[in-house]
Amino acid sequence: MSGRVLVGVKRVIDYAVKIRVKPDNSGVVTDGVKHSMNPFCEIAVEEAVKLKEKKLIKEVVAVSCGPQQSQETIRTALAMGADRGIHVEVTGKDYDTLGPLQVSKILAALAKKEEAQLVILGKQAIDDDCNQTGQMTAALLDWPQGTFASEVSLENDKVKVVREIDGGLETIKISTPAVLTADLRLNTPRYATLPNIMKAKKKKIANVKPADLGVDLTSRLEVLRVDEPPQRQAGMKVETVDDLVVKLKDAGKV
Amino acid sequence: MANPLRGEVFRLYKNLLYLGREYPKGAAYFRERLKSAFMKNKDVKDPEKIKALVAKGDFVIKELQALYYLRKYRAMKKRYYESEE
Repeated sequence: MSGRVLVGVKRVIDYAVKIRVKPDNSGVVTDGVKHSMNPFCEIAVEEAVKLKEKKLIKEVVAVSCGPQQSQETIRTALAMGADRGIHVEVTGKDYDTLGPLQVSKILAALAKKEEAQLVILGKQAIDDDCNQTGQMTAALLDWPQGTFASEVSLENDKVKVVREIDGGLETIKISTPAVLTADLRLNTPRYATLPNIMKAKKKKIANVKPADLGVDLTSRLEVLRVDEPPQRQAGMKVETVDDLVVKLKDAGKV
Repeated sequence: MANPLRGEVFRLYKNLLYLGREYPKGAAYFRERLKSAFMKNKDVKDPEKIKALVAKGDFVIKELQALYYLRKYRAMKKRYYESEE
């Protein structure tokens, strides 16, 4: 086994930003808006770096698909401890329609090319909330998957994964190579401090085109419309309990 | 003189400034307070005192990182996980 881990990182609108829908309802305003690495992707990078620090794997490769700015996200991963990066250049219309299916095809191709032992991804992106890329990548590679991982341990050529599922935790053992997706409680990601960002500038980021990997980016999906969630109705205050009962009866709740 | 410490102080300032970009009340608010905090101590000459102040600054860096992490963790937990009643 190569002892190489591929980590996918996605550049998304920062979690703390107030999202605004475009006036034509075609999407969300992204120009001039603060972007950063998807929080679940940070957790994925942290887990990969931890495995390397424990000397269980040899190399962490950070991958991101998107325009030039995706390189910033890769740099953050490098600052957190990844060894090198791969920027898969996707721009314009292709980037607008880029979704889990296309990304998983790209990741599967790269995992084979790089002879990765593990592919670690965040469980979902906070912008599209698809929660599909990890699963699709595993299916395309015909590799086992450990999704919603809250604990990962390598035992020889097997991986023990504790998964967060409805109603509790499930522990599974899968063989490598495998795909893992990180859940919130897997670890506490380290902060990419300025000195680390500076050191990371020496690390290489390779540039790759989807065509080089033989991946077709056509989307089977078309976004018809994007709307804001309904405004929360204002609450009402009442003076007495009797008033409350009257209001509830009027609303047909009682 | 205080030359090696001068580098330390600059390093600390740059690191804090970089961290301040994510400050909840805004990067500008942070930068103002950072500058006045450093300016307040600009006449300190004693190397021991300077080292202590730099150590305090490093502590603030750790506190900020913890603040940012908790903020993000709580936001993610609120958005993606049912509150356990």
